[in-house]
Amino acid sequence: MNTAEHTPLWIRGARVIDPSVGRDDARGEVFAKDGRFVDKLSKSDQARAQVIDAAGLILAPGFVDLNCRLGEPGRGARESIRAGTLAAAAGGFTSVVTMPDCLPAADNVGTIQLIRELCARDASVRVLPAGTLTKGHEGKALAPIGSLKKAGVVAVTDTTSGVQNNEIMRRALEYAAMFGLVVLDHCQDSSMTDGAQMHEGAWSLRLGLRGYPRAAEEIVVSSDCVLAGLTKARIHLQHLSSGGSAEIVRRAKAAQASVTAEVSALHLLLTDAALAQYDTRLKLNPPLREEADRQALIAALVDGTLDAICSDHSPCTATEKDCEFDLAPFGAATLETAFSAAYEAIVADGHADLNLLLQRLTCGPARALGLDAGTLRIGGLADVVLIDPKATWKPSAKTLLSKSGNNPLLGRTLKGRIRSTFVGGQLITKDGQPAK
Amino acid sequence: MAKQESWTKKDLTGIEELSRAEIELLFRQADRFLPALAPGKGLDLMRGRTVVNLFLEPSTRTRTAFEISAKKLGAEVVSINTTASSLVKGETLRDTALNIRAMGVDAIVMRHSSAGAARYLGNALDISVVNAGDGAHEHPTQALLDAFTIRQRFGKIQGLKVTILGDILFSRVARSNILCLTKLGAEVTLAGPATLVPATLKEAYPQVRIVHDLKKALSGADAVMLLRIQHERQTTTHFPSLGEYTSQFGLNAERAAWLKPEAIVMHPGPINRGVEVESEVADGPRSVILEQVRNGVAVRMAVLHLCTGAIAR
Repeated sequence: MNTAEHTPLWIRGARVIDPSVGRDDARGEVFAKDGRFVDKLSKSDQARAQVIDAAGLILAPGFVDLNCRLGEPGRGARESIRAGTLAAAAGGFTSVVTMPDCLPAADNVGTIQLIRELCARDASVRVLPAGTLTKGHEGKALAPIGSLKKAGVVAVTDTTSGVQNNEIMRRALEYAAMFGLVVLDHCQDSSMTDGAQMHEGAWSLRLGLRGYPRAAEEIVVSSDCVLAGLTKARIHLQHLSSGGSAEIVRRAKAAQASVTAEVSALHLLLTDAALAQYDTRLKLNPPLREEADRQALIAALVDGTLDAICSDHSPCTATEKDCEFDLAPFGAATLETAFSAAYEAIVADGHADLNLLLQRLTCGPARALGLDAGTLRIGGLADVVLIDPKATWKPSAKTLLSKSGNNPLLGRTLKGRIRSTFVGGQLITKDGQPAK
Repeated sequence: MAKQESWTKKDLTGIEELSRAEIELLFRQADRFLPALAPGKGLDLMRGRTVVNLFLEPSTRTRTAFEISAKKLGAEVVSINTTASSLVKGETLRDTALNIRAMGVDAIVMRHSSAGAARYLGNALDISVVNAGDGAHEHPTQALLDAFTIRQRFGKIQGLKVTILGDILFSRVARSNILCLTKLGAEVTLAGPATLVPATLKEAYPQVRIVHDLKKALSGADAVMLLRIQHERQTTTHFPSLGEYTSQFGLNAERAAWLKPEAIVMHPGPINRGVEVESEVADGPRSVILEQVRNGVAVRMAVLHLCTGAIAR
């Protein structure tokens, strides 16, 4: 992204919240020049700056998403880097970590280079690719992690394939740690989830759908915490869905284990009861679980057990989801609605204030992976969002920017809206639409 | 309870959607169709209408019963089974159904291996959709004919004790029967091995009793419904062997004696003789298995007649 030759930016009048330094100014100013935050603009820069009066809005660092998919390469019908990164910006995300289960898989330098080329051409936000942990994310042989790191991956993961073999996981952790790469793990014991369609509970029994028990996640969360202790390597646990998982992480953190964890915004808002009509858009992996899990995840997010909120943007085409529940792929398009979903679940429902929510969307995830993002620090990348916490809005298929049609919150009245998103000091989206 | 006089649903996708009044209305309609079951008898209420049986999972009994039901009403019937279906060529269910619809069909009776498929199809089409079994979700006409048979035998269902024995976890028949019987006021007990009758079923169906001891499950019951043990679906993790199942939960004359003296034994078929039930019981005086089959035609006639009648022509 070329951000060097741009007009300076001067945003004033907003309430400025930067959780990375505990800043909360009722009426603050933010300046950017040449793509980075500066503490002031010269007279001549002021004269030519883009001046934004943001009275009544919240200004925060651009959000950091540790778990999304942008379709390309290989799944261009589901999403494109052009549409997906605009959707990210519309949702307030300015840095996104992409999962490596594209086609071909990001288990080799060539694919990472291809992703970077596509992003240089099409991306509106910072795309930070993750590479696979094992070849073809098959869990059998280690991927060339050192070469992947050199090619630019920010983390390694076998994403929803998971790693089923503890010996391979142990060695992968040791090997990745040598390069300073955090391992992201999707926690699923697949021997317990053969044919599973949704959370195992009263609803799966009523609907006659194969259940995905909490234990299938909790067992792997436990083994990951044990292996983090053994290897001293950093593990980040992806999209936890079970209250029991949160409790295991809480205990591991108390014992100084090197683990961090995230939750998806949808899991903070919805439960398995939402599947009563077999809505394939809500067929997710991990599945939506029960109200007790949702409450436990909220509590864990608030007390810091969970470090980050992710979008878990996993676009599918409308056609792919228009079928029998068993046959539908897992995943939902969520980048544009993740903030509003989390805002409703956490802030509007009174569990915590906006500062905490923003921490979990900005420096929380950035620190988990050691990313240069999620802060308004002078000299840092000038990625900014303006938020209207009082606005309500209704996402519609016509106006959402993601190429995918499977956002499960379409038509729902949401609270809290991203007004403007800036990357490197440049306005990318305004009120959910491209600025240009 | 208010008597429901008219049927408004174009589809029958599950018992879950039905009220007690609707079930009773359907039974009164089935009562009126019983005389038409005699050989040489038939009606012409559905003359000129076409029913397609779309069976995407093997079935002989249910498909035959639906064919006969439609023919007894004077309808034309076309049956499509899974091997002849274009679905194996990769066409979506919606496209297959829209093609059938375009040929001027009045109703589709569908069996499908995916839970929720019937509701999906009913929402996709403006013609009647009748669920003949969707995965492990529902098999509403089976539950209706079962309850109809109990009602025929006892003159009521309210207050009766009914035990459903066997593979509840994977059974659509069990789910529809739990819903139907509890809506009609029966006291339902679920019994079988803990792997197939998990205690969490109580969360899904708070009205039922869950018992893993066969003697407790059968003692004092007015009716026992046996479910077919389908080893192919249960893999090897849910019980060790058919022999072990029979030794623990198979119904023989000695165990049937635990039931009330006038109690009946039911089975949706096809029976695995010597597995879930011994022949001495299946063919004995308590057995109403063939009455179930016969009533199944009358009940399905009522379903087809009412659902297609709910759409203005």
